[in-house]
Amino acid sequence: MRQNEYSLFYGVDRLTVLIYILLVLMGWGNIYAAVYNEEHSNIFDLSQKYGKQLIWIGSAAIIAFSILLVDTNVYTAFAFVFYALLIISNIIVRFVGRDIKGSHSWFIIGDFRIQPAEFMKFATNLALAKFLSNQNIIVNAQFRLRLKDLLNNYRNTIIALLIIGVPLILIKVLQDETGLAIVLIAFVVVLYREGLSVNFLIFGLLAGILFVVSLVVTQTSTLLIVLGCIAALSLFFVGRQRKNILIVVGVYILAAGVVLGTNQFYNKLEAHQKVRIDVLLGRGTVNLKKEGYNVNQAKIAIGSGGFLGKGYLQGTQTKYDFVPEQDTDFIFCTVGEEWGFVGSTLVIFLELFLILRIIFMAERQRSPFSRIYGYGVASVLFFHLAVNIGMTIGLMPVIGIPLPFFSYGGSSLWSFTILLFIFIKLDAYRLQILR
Amino acid sequence: MNNNNLLSDRKYIVGGFFILIACIYVARLFYIQIIDDKYKLDAQANAFRYITEYPVRGYIYDRNGKLIVFNEASYDLMVTPKETKGCDTMALCEVLQITKEEYLKRIKKASQAPNSPRKQSIFEKQMSAQTYAALQEKLYRFNGFFVQKRTVRKYPRPIAAHLLGYVGEVTKEQAEKNSYYREGDYIGVSGIERSYEEALRGKKGVQIAITDVHNKIVGRYMDGKYDTLAIPGKPLYCTIDVELQAYGEQLMKGKKGAIVAIEPQTGEILCLISAPAYDPNLLVGGKERSRNFTKLYYDSLNLPLLNRALQGQYPPGSTFKLIDALIAQKDEVINRNTVFPCSHGYPPMGGRPKCHSHPAMNLPGSISTSCNSYYSYVFRAIVDQKKYPKFVDGFEHWRTCVKSFGPGTKLGTDLPYDKPGNVPSVKYYNKVFGENRWRSNTVVSLGIGQAELTLVPLQMANVVALIANKGFYYSPHAIKGIGGEKYLDPKFKQKHYAYVQEAAYYDIVHDGMQGCLEGAYSTARTSIIKGITICGKTGTAENPHGKDHAVFSAFAPRQDPKIAIVVFTENAGFGGTWSAPIASLMIEKYLRGKITRPEIEKRMMEADLINSKNLIVERKH
Repeated sequence: MRQNEYSLFYGVDRLTVLIYILLVLMGWGNIYAAVYNEEHSNIFDLSQKYGKQLIWIGSAAIIAFSILLVDTNVYTAFAFVFYALLIISNIIVRFVGRDIKGSHSWFIIGDFRIQPAEFMKFATNLALAKFLSNQNIIVNAQFRLRLKDLLNNYRNTIIALLIIGVPLILIKVLQDETGLAIVLIAFVVVLYREGLSVNFLIFGLLAGILFVVSLVVTQTSTLLIVLGCIAALSLFFVGRQRKNILIVVGVYILAAGVVLGTNQFYNKLEAHQKVRIDVLLGRGTVNLKKEGYNVNQAKIAIGSGGFLGKGYLQGTQTKYDFVPEQDTDFIFCTVGEEWGFVGSTLVIFLELFLILRIIFMAERQRSPFSRIYGYGVASVLFFHLAVNIGMTIGLMPVIGIPLPFFSYGGSSLWSFTILLFIFIKLDAYRLQILR
Repeated sequence: MNNNNLLSDRKYIVGGFFILIACIYVARLFYIQIIDDKYKLDAQANAFRYITEYPVRGYIYDRNGKLIVFNEASYDLMVTPKETKGCDTMALCEVLQITKEEYLKRIKKASQAPNSPRKQSIFEKQMSAQTYAALQEKLYRFNGFFVQKRTVRKYPRPIAAHLLGYVGEVTKEQAEKNSYYREGDYIGVSGIERSYEEALRGKKGVQIAITDVHNKIVGRYMDGKYDTLAIPGKPLYCTIDVELQAYGEQLMKGKKGAIVAIEPQTGEILCLISAPAYDPNLLVGGKERSRNFTKLYYDSLNLPLLNRALQGQYPPGSTFKLIDALIAQKDEVINRNTVFPCSHGYPPMGGRPKCHSHPAMNLPGSISTSCNSYYSYVFRAIVDQKKYPKFVDGFEHWRTCVKSFGPGTKLGTDLPYDKPGNVPSVKYYNKVFGENRWRSNTVVSLGIGQAELTLVPLQMANVVALIANKGFYYSPHAIKGIGGEKYLDPKFKQKHYAYVQEAAYYDIVHDGMQGCLEGAYSTARTSIIKGITICGKTGTAENPHGKDHAVFSAFAPRQDPKIAIVVFTENAGFGGTWSAPIASLMIEKYLRGKITRPEIEKRMMEADLINSKNLIVERKH
């Protein structure tokens, strides 16, 4: 069935929209269950969070329609403008935003609150897509170990990393919103797809492993000696040319830097962040009544669900507020408790299916811009999924980021909707325009 | 674009990575939701609060269906320290009449182990009705406090405290040993309350409430599907006669000692009196209970908490001669007509043990006059029988026979803490005197119920019941029905036979006992009741604590014994003077329901043997 190309829904990927609607409605139902109380049992009660979420859902629908109305050229043409505007508003919010729970990340307009950092995701994604669609970050030429050559060859990579890094640091430093900042790291996946050297990833992965190891192994000196032995051994195997020695020594110094830096980093963390890492790694004694409370209660709620769950609105743990933040960041607990293993698996696979569908759609784009943007969407959604569910089941440290389309909150729902529907619009016109 | 094709393959790596992570998460969910049960249990502990519903403790009735023990509502003020934020402390202190410091002290106690700030513990025990009423009005201002309704014992008549026992809080050890009890629960501590605890207590009910994170109750789990109702305790039907018990306690006022009466045909205890007694209503309630208990506990002069009827191990004195007379007849060392000389005492030992002035007597006469010399002869005749070449074998024979009458063994009664008394053994005397360094004459005072021989009053009463039954007894018991139905433990239907069972021997002893009141040389003439043939035996037990104890054992009527009784009065002197009249009044009260000799009754009731000169140690002999 061919659609009229002037129709609003021309070329729109219906499956994606369908999953989107499904997730949003499931989220709404679970928010109702999470904050359910008998006095306000009407799901449309606007004084309650589920009522408000309905407003957010309605407005998200309007946003989605508006995006579908806008010409695709707007996104490519104004990519950097969006990016610049949001960078600026993220700086301004530090100074005009009101203090909410110690965080300066909200614009308050009347009854509504908006978090500009949420929208940094789609703006960064647009800017990155715009930049990478015109440039190349593939490095395939042999080059000498000289700073000038390195800068030349990795110029585009560095710029791309800066596009990601600047908002990340801004949000973290100015607004202290670790969750919103750290999400931007997800764009590394996009860089990888666009040709980022595997060495970067391996190096990053090793650094990550080393980071965790040095958190677990508290004796720094032992760790440094072990690393030294590994370096000496690898020298023995690769042959002792001057270049190899330089590389091994350089790597060793970097590794030592990571190890020493980890301790510095850990010590500089705020108490609650230290505790979150301790809880995850099981370091020291964790008091389940205090710092370990969230994660423990989350696990209890999910774990008590069993195979089929306790039934809708029957969850004792979530309904009676044992799990903190259960309507926002810990919404998955309600799913786990009331719908059991079956329900939680369904939610994970539904989200995963959406993400894989987006990757599939990204790969069918003719224009690199659309493909890169698509990968950005998939990466951001996956990052949220992995971290959010990971923290409720004790596989990730507690970082306050929402479950896409599920968690209560206007900013995040709007942000995900914008992110997704720009891509749906781009996808709809994939055959027409070569960007 | 070669490069682009290569890069395009990276989609599989990205997609594969996403799928891998998702699968790890699903596996983890499988573990915590299906394999590991820990979280389910934690969830229950989180959200469920088990609210105990305390059952009503069983009532106790007497043998005629009169109520002796019932319950009264009492209110405990409970606190959950964690929830007391915003509590109007000043008002609460005012209602309870405690200081702020006391309040803080109690909150601290309720917060520390074994209590917990999140759990409820008792703040004020058993408030009075007035306090409760005052509190109830303002309870909404006292966050974290609520009132738990309990019941405490109430006694319509202030009698039978020792027999009934009392109810107290379980100790920590008891709570640990028996999972039924929690700290703060009540349990029968002594008496019937203790031995019939399981029947009386009923079964606690449990309501499962769902609480929220603030421990506030928000509903009932599954609409109460798994709640259990409290099952009230069963009523007990006691064997005692409340009127007799009350009358006996009245008679024993101002005296120390015990009265035990048993129905011989059944072994039912008709009354069990220990004097001085106390009002059982003193040992209920919270603060008062512990205060009163302390007061009673430290009354070292009167020892009111001591149940003399079960725990007072006294020498039986001359009442013991009945047993000697029966064993000797059975062993055919004496018969009805045997006469032994008496010269104000036992001649072979130079007139010791002493005796009063009377002519030489045959067997029934010796019982009536209570001749010490006679029973010294009888004792030695039993012990030194020719068929036992070794003296110790003869002694052991005597001891075994005596024990078959009940002394020296626990009788298997349903009352707790009864003492066995003592019939000294060969081993004991070997230790005291050295092996082969003692003979029958060394221990001859055993024959007249002295020396190391001791019985508790319950055993003395049981011996009389056995004699009335002519050779057997049922274990004395205080309960004959549990839960309305006539339920009797089979062990109380079992006859215990004494060494002597020939009715003829008993008839001779009965003759002597009847003569004790009616005979020419009787020792208890004042206790005769017209129309009721009483068989009795006086006893005067020497003891190291002062004036002799007065004992009187009796049963009546002789032809169809309905009551066997022993009256034991500490330091009262001669058995015929105090104990026998009291016993006869009791018998009359039980058999006739009224007293025909008010002057004796008056004299007995007014006698104050504790505070009179009797206490002063004066040895006559």
